Amino acid sequence: MSAPLSFLFRPGRAAWLFATATCWLTLLMAILLLRQVLAEGPISYPMGSWPVPWGIEYRVDILNAYMLVLVAAISAVVMSFAQLIVERRIRLPEHKQPWFYTAYLLCMTGLLGITITGDAFNVFVFLEISSLSSYVLISIGRDRRALTAAYQYLIMGTIGATFILISIGLMYVMTGTLNMADLAARLPAVAHTRTIHAAFAFLTVGVGLKLALFPLHLWLPNAYAYAPSVVTAFLAATATKVAIYVLLRFFFTIFGPQFSFETMPLDLILLPLALIGVFSASLVAIFQDNIKRMLAYSSVAQIGYMILGISFVSVTGLTASISHLFNHALMKGTLFMALGCVSFRIGSTQLERMAGLGQSMPWTMGAFVIGGLSLIGVPLTAGFISKWYLILGALEKGWWPVAVLILLTSLMAVIYIWRVVEVAYFKPAPEGQIVREAPLALLIPTWTLALANLYFGLETSFNAGVARQAAEMLLGVAP
Amino acid sequence: MQILGLYNYWIFIVLMMCGFYVVISRGNLVKKLVGLNIFQTSVFILYISMGKIFGGTAPIVINQPDVVYSNPIPHVLILTAIVVGIATTSLGLALVVRINEAYGTIEEDEIHAQDQEEAL
Amino acid sequence: MKRYAIPRLMTKLLLPLILLFALYVQFHGDFGAGGGFQAGVIFGAGFILYALIFGLDSAQKLMPHWLLRIGVPLGVLIYASVGIAGLLMGGNYLDYGALDPHNPPHGHHLGILLIELGVGITVSSVMVTIFYAFAGRGR
Repeated sequence: MSAPLSFLFRPGRAAWLFATATCWLTLLMAILLLRQVLAEGPISYPMGSWPVPWGIEYRVDILNAYMLVLVAAISAVVMSFAQLIVERRIRLPEHKQPWFYTAYLLCMTGLLGITITGDAFNVFVFLEISSLSSYVLISIGRDRRALTAAYQYLIMGTIGATFILISIGLMYVMTGTLNMADLAARLPAVAHTRTIHAAFAFLTVGVGLKLALFPLHLWLPNAYAYAPSVVTAFLAATATKVAIYVLLRFFFTIFGPQFSFETMPLDLILLPLALIGVFSASLVAIFQDNIKRMLAYSSVAQIGYMILGISFVSVTGLTASISHLFNHALMKGTLFMALGCVSFRIGSTQLERMAGLGQSMPWTMGAFVIGGLSLIGVPLTAGFISKWYLILGALEKGWWPVAVLILLTSLMAVIYIWRVVEVAYFKPAPEGQIVREAPLALLIPTWTLALANLYFGLETSFNAGVARQAAEMLLGVAP
Repeated sequence: MQILGLYNYWIFIVLMMCGFYVVISRGNLVKKLVGLNIFQTSVFILYISMGKIFGGTAPIVINQPDVVYSNPIPHVLILTAIVVGIATTSLGLALVVRINEAYGTIEEDEIHAQDQEEAL
Repeated sequence: MKRYAIPRLMTKLLLPLILLFALYVQFHGDFGAGGGFQAGVIFGAGFILYALIFGLDSAQKLMPHWLLRIGVPLGVLIYASVGIAGLLMGGNYLDYGALDPHNPPHGHHLGILLIELGVGITVSSVMVTIFYAFAGRGR
């Protein structure tokens, strides 16, 4: 996981090749790691051979091995996609292209680091590494509004990170340890103190800012809409997912479900927030004219679904959340990459400019439709699996109004995806506009993800099966 | 007496709220960054004051039997956090410089007004 | 600034001391207070002072861009390669003790020294790069 090497390459192409190779290699390692964890249980790796509660420990169990595979897979596919976009669309000068790849790899390192580490403070450090580089990536967008979007994200993100820092500090005061497993063992003794309650609150708000939980999501639509499409695909598919992982890790492993949901009435707070988030974000998404912005709002809605799953505090609900993490990464990756192809050819993602694209760019729009169907949750696509578990979880709790709302918001997703499909397939192309299909270098990665959507919709042992094991582990139920 | 004895925590809270207020209320992008910095620095004070042990010396090993050392871990943590803070500030300032080049202003509402005009 | 004699003279007097002090902090880091971060910042600050007094151009002659370009990743690479060296010698990542199997404390010294060197190079290059980037912007 050494990013700086790519910095040494002067011409853009060599740096890209190197970065892509790194990404695929990381993916390979992540898959091997997951297999080993599934076979043998958690792996612990002390950095520098310092004994565990004092030194920094890297700890891999089912949940984060799963997340590692996700992050590595998405970044590998998106990286393969990046080169043409960086060269032609963002039009970085030749000598600045290595900077882009460096920032990208740093961001990936940060995200992988957050998932793999077993040390609470290390989470903060890696969080900042990944967010600092993501600010850079967003500000590369050619629109000048990308700058203000990145600035807003920087302010919000830093406040969030500082809140997390305060919370880790407070926990350290009370327990004298930073190791996650150690924290989990020592927290119950001091769980009744107000310091820990404050730490919990700071943490929830801080991570909430990072993952764009409903009332704290204001930075997200702008940041996604004005960033280059490669960056949007990467961030949408990984950054918020990792933040949700942090939330899961802290709520369930460190504080323990009992404290999080019985002492602190967290589920009662998360549930309405998630529902309002899903509902309002879907509603706003329907009225957007810029498709990137529309998908950004739909991301906020999807995050709402994941939080909803968490707030059920049941194995089914958590399975839904964790598998939705994975599936949403797949579908949003597909959608944003298809949009990347579109903007590569027509230079815009405005809805009215897309008229007639169904005929002129059939493969790109095909991938978009698959991603869209998956987003809606049509059977045979990956999105269906997690929606199914989510509704099951709601019914298990006897909260049928929630289940109805989930179905209703899926219908709203139908509306906003349909608007795009309608324009692209049924409106005639404007006179004299000649659009060619996107080049193969862009199509192949896009279709890899699109097919993955279909594959994981049929073969559920990986996403739902592993997610279920992870959920059982988090809740402490014997598998 | 206890309230006075914990004065460094009070300073932490006051500074944190000052910084937070500045971030929220000011429209000038540089002033926002200043506020953000105050906000972060207040957390550094929190960490440093929890590492202090009364009567403890600097945590450097010296050959004397019963010396009380201050807890070095918060210092290490906060050194890292300071570096992160520097990186954030310089990145934020760089963004402000580029915003100034693109818009010719660093007042938030003027930028917003320009964006609105463009959209129309 | 070119016309004022006193600041120029003082800078000339102070600069070697500042750089020397940076090196002291750098290499004394494993016995007392100090280390790569602090030393790097002091080192960078010395250059920034020089650039402030004698102008950006002469500073860039002294510390050209290509040097910084190499310096930033080089430091990180030193750090990572020490870690991997530990890995190759049969220990864990960043296991200093494994660097010298016969005498682990000696390995610790060597490891810390190299790591701090890496940190120092990166930090000082980054500080000067940031300064150049801002100072060179308005022209």
